[in-house]
Amino acid sequence: MRLENQLHGRAKWIATVIPAVALTFVLMLLAPAAKPASPQSEEAVNQHYLSPIEMALSPDGRFLYVVCQASDEMRVVDLASGTVVSNVPVGHVPRGIALSRDGRQIYVTNAWSDTVSVIDAATLTVVRTLPTGFEPTGIVCDKSGKTLYVANRLSSDISVIDVNTGQEIKRLLAGRGASYLALSADGKWIYATHIYPNAGAFRTQPNSEITVIDTVRQAVVERKRLHNAAGVFHVALSSDGKLGVAAQLRPKNLIPLAHVEHGWAFGDSLTLFGDDIGGTLQVPIDELDRYYALPWGVAITPDKLKLFVTTAGSQSVTVIDVQKLLTFARTRRESSRNPANDLSASANYVTARIPVGRNPRGALLSQDGKRLYVANRLDDNISVIDTSTDKITSTIDLGGPKTINALRRGEQLFFTADYAFQGQFGCANCHLDATIDGLQWDLEPDGFGRDIVDNRSLESLAGTEPFKWNGGNPDMPTECGPRTEKFFYRSQSYTPQQLTDLVSFVYSLPYRPNRYRLPNGDLTPAQERGKAIFERTKYKSGKPIPEKNQCAYCHSGPKYTNQQQVDVGTGKSTDRSPVIDVPQLSNVAYSAPYLHDGSARSLEEIWTVFNPKDTHGVSNDLRKEELNDLIEYLKTL
Amino acid sequence: MKMPSKIRFAALIAIIAFFAPGLLSGQDMPRFRWENFTTANGLPDNHVFCVLVDGDRIWAGTENGLGLYENGVWKTFRPSDGLAHQAVLSLALDKRTGDLWVGTMGGLSRISAGRIDNFTQLNSGLSNDIVYGVGVQGDFVWTATAAGASRLNTRTGQWSLFNERNTPMYEIWTYAVSPAEDKVYYAVWGGGVLEYDVKTERWKDYNDPDGENEIVLMKDQGLIHEITTSVSYVDKILWVATYFGASRYDGRYWHNFLQKDSGLPSNFLNQIKAVDANRAWFSTDKGLAYYDGTNWSVYRPALDTHKPEMLVRDAAGVVRKIAVQSAPAHNYILGVDFQGDNLWVATAKGLSHGIRQGGSSKVAQTRTDSARAVQLVQARKLIQK
Repeated sequence: MRLENQLHGRAKWIATVIPAVALTFVLMLLAPAAKPASPQSEEAVNQHYLSPIEMALSPDGRFLYVVCQASDEMRVVDLASGTVVSNVPVGHVPRGIALSRDGRQIYVTNAWSDTVSVIDAATLTVVRTLPTGFEPTGIVCDKSGKTLYVANRLSSDISVIDVNTGQEIKRLLAGRGASYLALSADGKWIYATHIYPNAGAFRTQPNSEITVIDTVRQAVVERKRLHNAAGVFHVALSSDGKLGVAAQLRPKNLIPLAHVEHGWAFGDSLTLFGDDIGGTLQVPIDELDRYYALPWGVAITPDKLKLFVTTAGSQSVTVIDVQKLLTFARTRRESSRNPANDLSASANYVTARIPVGRNPRGALLSQDGKRLYVANRLDDNISVIDTSTDKITSTIDLGGPKTINALRRGEQLFFTADYAFQGQFGCANCHLDATIDGLQWDLEPDGFGRDIVDNRSLESLAGTEPFKWNGGNPDMPTECGPRTEKFFYRSQSYTPQQLTDLVSFVYSLPYRPNRYRLPNGDLTPAQERGKAIFERTKYKSGKPIPEKNQCAYCHSGPKYTNQQQVDVGTGKSTDRSPVIDVPQLSNVAYSAPYLHDGSARSLEEIWTVFNPKDTHGVSNDLRKEELNDLIEYLKTL
Repeated sequence: MKMPSKIRFAALIAIIAFFAPGLLSGQDMPRFRWENFTTANGLPDNHVFCVLVDGDRIWAGTENGLGLYENGVWKTFRPSDGLAHQAVLSLALDKRTGDLWVGTMGGLSRISAGRIDNFTQLNSGLSNDIVYGVGVQGDFVWTATAAGASRLNTRTGQWSLFNERNTPMYEIWTYAVSPAEDKVYYAVWGGGVLEYDVKTERWKDYNDPDGENEIVLMKDQGLIHEITTSVSYVDKILWVATYFGASRYDGRYWHNFLQKDSGLPSNFLNQIKAVDANRAWFSTDKGLAYYDGTNWSVYRPALDTHKPEMLVRDAAGVVRKIAVQSAPAHNYILGVDFQGDNLWVATAKGLSHGIRQGGSSKVAQTRTDSARAVQLVQARKLIQK
């Protein structure tokens, strides 16, 4: 069985690499023109990279199970030989992994299939597929082994699943973009984090939470508030249960980004909680002149001496002395000096930075804590680190393509912070996992609070040009090139080749599955009614609606944009111009808040609050249920 | 085929003889020691619209904030704490998740482990910000608003609105909702009762056969009145409160309760809450009433002296006064919820905690009596056929 898998994998590898090499060569020829590659052909090639993201160990410690996001499989590594011994196909875009308590079953979440693959660890075959919420990501099995908890990123909740029946018992409300889970050592609590900030008032500091679930009651019992945190990733608990650590970003989105060189755009930090801390405390991992972008994976050694944090944008692992960290935390709490923005703080507890591969994500310790495994997502390998020396002892090749094509290079550029001043941030800081960050930014150097812009989705961008909310950038090379280099990063420029690669990658980002359409593609009666409203040409009175004020006029074409810039009355006094680029509507349901500045917290508010004079389409003759129907239709686009 | 009259009479005598011991147990009606909460001891406001028991925690919806009583201390939630509005009209608990849904005069709030999310007619699909009633049914949250009914699918975020255009609701002022697995009932103020069948997704209305007359021409032929204020659907029995009496409907027969021929202290009812198919509590403007299927009891400050009063009316209509030392905070009762054998009661001038006095055997005895009494009513109806 395993031999078959290996052969199958080799054939797949050959089939992957040859076209990849050929296409890369073609792309290199095209590079000087800085034109993006064909998204479709590139995407097909990109599927064959592996992109390892999460791992789990077999109970006997012999096998490492690696979730490969881009190849839709779980690869099994024999740790004695350091080789891949099996590939298990799972659902689309797998993202999380957990083992049953006895280790006989492996659970893999499939983010784009909305399922969990249940894998028999003995036969390494998928034996069941369980439904979840939208975009399942993190997963844990409770101590009894009877219940699975799955964090659903798009539905912002946690599915509670009965393992025996495979049925979802209930959903628990989590933070927006619920993604990562950790079970306490005593099994009593599950801690959940989320990657987008919770909804808040316009132009206020973002807030996130650590959601605490009581596994006996199977209910949320606490929400630890994380002030000014947006983008919270992995969370881990110490073996004694007294220290919890979550990796997170602290964005500085309320002041102009032009101040990058005077401070930071993002603080890369940790939230500490638990009895050791008494409440929560945010501490930075950055240094005064060097940043460690996108802290993502977290692991605490069983002896509670060391804490490892992967920094996905900085190709490194940060090593922290836990006792020094706790001493520092106690000192700061006693003196009431908040260290969250103190860039000198990390010198008190960070003991090493270990360079690893590109876009390091999952961090997993061996049961004895002597080895740390780091999934280098964009290198298709695993770094093995000796935790006593903080040195890499080996690198496990997972068998991905040996050549790096234009899309992969572009992806590597997208996820690195190397090009920003002091390594502060990369594209993926704002476009978390190539999506959004749910924030509104003061980007322009035109004064505080002027020209506020909401972060826009990157899904399926071809055919939506120009870019920026004012339509100021005619094409993607302009958007990603000089603007990003000089204006955001305030650092070195991309080469023409790099810019081409980056643009190719951004254009390749696909349209995520839409969860609001019926499986057969039909519309529900409410969605049908909404479609009629979207496409209507007359007021209810029968009077014709001027063409330019019809929904389907501006929001036309396959991406629901006519690519024009218009004044629909949504401009604010703080905007330089009320003329706004017509945004595409693909998967608009996922990208709240809305309007160019994010002032509409929901789709409803676009019309109930910000369209008093019917200048942004005609909505004031609609009844409430008709507006609801329109929104149900918009969610299907 | 009709039963001969002699046999019918003999059967009735036999049934009465069988059940008679239970019918004489009016003295077993539950007694309470009442502890009352007002602003003096931490309640956010004395005008309490609704109350909800969540284990050891008590939620009180008042005119000026939502109160949470926990470990002997009151905590208040108002708009400054994130609540949609300070006037809290209705409460519902999602027992699966522990989330509390709060209907206010400014929208619907969801309180989940301390986090408050608000749904209004501007930021969501909610039909109207005045949320008189709220109820949870699986993944759905049903609301009764001043502009019809709204249903939120908590998994998809979809709102469905129900009003005069897609239901038999000729009056859109929905006042209360009682959802269950099979049916969802709405009290429509001035529009009778609406029933939603979960399986068929169809609506049906129940109206007063006398029309909008306030004179009861045909007492047990249907709903007692169009101005309904509360519904309670338990054990497949529908109980309805109106401003002109109460109704009980078992899916086939209606039975109505009026002040003149029951133990109700008033025909003006704000809320009805059933314990089971046979027992219910009635919140009236002249005290709190309990019906065990046969006997009635009323708890209140006496209307004249304002001294604590408990009245018991047995099956024969004999009313006795029971000596008590305490009473609910006020006669004007707006709602009640159960905490085991104890009660929490929302009144116009404070929140009352009714602490059950006496042993549990009497509770069991009362249950047996009430079950027998309902069997008796059913037997009587069969005989009448």
